[in-house]
Formats: sequence, structure tokens, C-alpha cells
Amino acid sequence: MNAALIVAEAPALPLNTAGKYVAGAYIVVFVIVLIYVAIMGIRLSHIERDLGELLEIKKAADAAEEKPLPTLASTTGAQST
Amino acid sequence: MYGRGLRSLSILTVAAMALALSLVFFYAPLEAEQGFLQKIFYLHVPLAIIALCGFVLGGLLAVMHLRTRDSRWDMRSYVVIHMSLIFAVGTLITGSIWAKGSWGHWWVWNEPTLVSFLIVFLLYATYQPLRFAIEDPERQARYASVFAITAGAFVPMNFLAVRLSSAYLHPRVLGSTSNLPGSMALTFLVSLIAMALLFATMCKYELTAKHTRAQVRALRRLLSGEDGAPAPRGRSAVPSTSGPMTTPAAGRTSL
Repeated sequence: MNAALIVAEAPALPLNTAGKYVAGAYIVVFVIVLIYVAIMGIRLSHIERDLGELLEIKKAADAAEEKPLPTLASTTGAQST
Repeated sequence: MYGRGLRSLSILTVAAMALALSLVFFYAPLEAEQGFLQKIFYLHVPLAIIALCGFVLGGLLAVMHLRTRDSRWDMRSYVVIHMSLIFAVGTLITGSIWAKGSWGHWWVWNEPTLVSFLIVFLLYATYQPLRFAIEDPERQARYASVFAITAGAFVPMNFLAVRLSSAYLHPRVLGSTSNLPGSMALTFLVSLIAMALLFATMCKYELTAKHTRAQVRALRRLLSGEDGAPAPRGRSAVPSTSGPMTTPAAGRTSL
């Protein structure tokens, strides 16, 4: 039996009635995937923010290492004069 | 590295989904009894199959966790069950929409397939609360694995029991694929493959995200001079990423 004949045998629900259910089902799955993508996007933004903070911590640590610390001798010398 | 191959897998998934949708709406003929409403089955049945297979896979991964005591298996089991639950929600919703269109009711309590799937869903809905209830990460992982194995064994038994005692109401697709016209069978198989790819991609995304987050936390501990200290952890349902965690510099984590 070819497809045209199957269609001609009248489906249980016509397109205008079944269409909304079919569309609804596919939209639901699309929305679920969309929500998942949105959640992944939020997580990605958190990771990006965390990495930014870590970069700041690393920069601050590097800056502290480069800054020369006052020596004990220079401190005591300054006190004696 | 969970991110390896993610791009090609994502592209393959999008292509497969596009092909499946094209076949569903432009190639597969209308079914004689249900007409256009039957198009839901190309979505609903693959969702259900993948969700149930995911639950069983979660149990198998939990077996690996109990055998090796490697927390990476626990993480994989957790992610697979988590994704299967999402797919199960999709299955229940699309099934209800089909039931409303076909039977005139959103839900029918005397239909064994529907009720049994709901029971499986509710069973797995307790998985996350179970994890959340246990604070100690090792105990949490162990108990969750035992749960995943027990529930994973329940899924095929439940499936077989429903098949054997079926009231012959729920339309069958799996097992009668050979009775479908070739075009319908092809469309169904492509839809199933596309759904499996979507599942794999989502799991891989989830694992990559959790792995990256663990690496960022390890890096934070390293930079703040708490290298040897255990990772701070509140009560959480997410598997622990502590344990034999190494620093990102070493290129490995315990995920």
C-alpha cells in the first residue's frame, strides 16, 4: 500500500486537530534542550567569572613578589641616625 | 579530558537531529490509524528508549565505581542518571500529549506502560535527594552506586513484566519495527540514533563542565596556598571531586 493510499484512508485525527499536539510535543522537547543550554550558559559564565578572579589573584601575587621588601639593616640604620 | 571530540559530536548531533526531523515531516508517510498524531512517536519512543537505557547504563557505571573505587565512575553514573531523568521528563510530557490527542485524556492510570514508566521515573527522582541526604562524599558515592545498580536492574525487569502482562493498549514500536513500512522504520531508526547522539552530547557537556569547574577550584586552592588542604565542601548531591585530586598543573583530576 503506497503512502498516498494510506493518507486517503483518513487518519484518526485530521491535520488541523493533531497538528497542535504534534507541535506541542516537539516544542516541549525543544524547550527542554533550550533550558539545558541556558543552564550550561549560566555555568559557563560562573567559570568565566572564577577564572577572572583567579587571574586577579595571580596578578596580585606576582606584584607582591616583584615589590622589594625593606631589609632589617636599612631599618635599623634609619633608626640610629 | 572530557572536552575532547565535543565539537565534532555536537556537529554530528545537530546534523542527525536535522535529518531525523526532515524524515519525520517530509519522508515518513502518515500512519493509517493515527494519522499526523503518530509523528509524536518518532520523538516519544526514542526518548523513552534512551532514558531507560541511560538508567541501565548508570547502573553499569556504578558497578565500575564499586569495583575500582574511582570517583570518576561515580561522576559518570551521576551524570548519565541525571540526563536520563531529563529525558524521562520529556517522555512523560510527550506521552501525555499523545494520550490527550489519541485517547482524550492526559493520563490513563490503567495503562501499564504509562504507570510503570512513571514508577521508574519516581524511583530515580529519589536518587538526587538520596545523594543530598548524605554529607560524607565517600559514603554518598557508595550508597548512590548501590542505588543505581539496584534501580538499574529494576528497569529491564519492569520492562519485561509490563511486556508480558500488557493490556495490549499501548502502541508498540520496539520489537515490531520489522512490521513498519521501510520508510517509517528508517525514520524511526534515524530518530533513535539522533536522540542517542543528543544524550551523549549532553552527558559530555555536563562532564566537561563539572571537570572544568573542578579544575578551577583546584587552581583556586593552589593559588591561595591551600594546596594540601581538602576541598571545601558543603552538603551537595553532586559527586565529590576531592580524593585523589591532583592539581591542573599535573594534568589530572579525580573526576
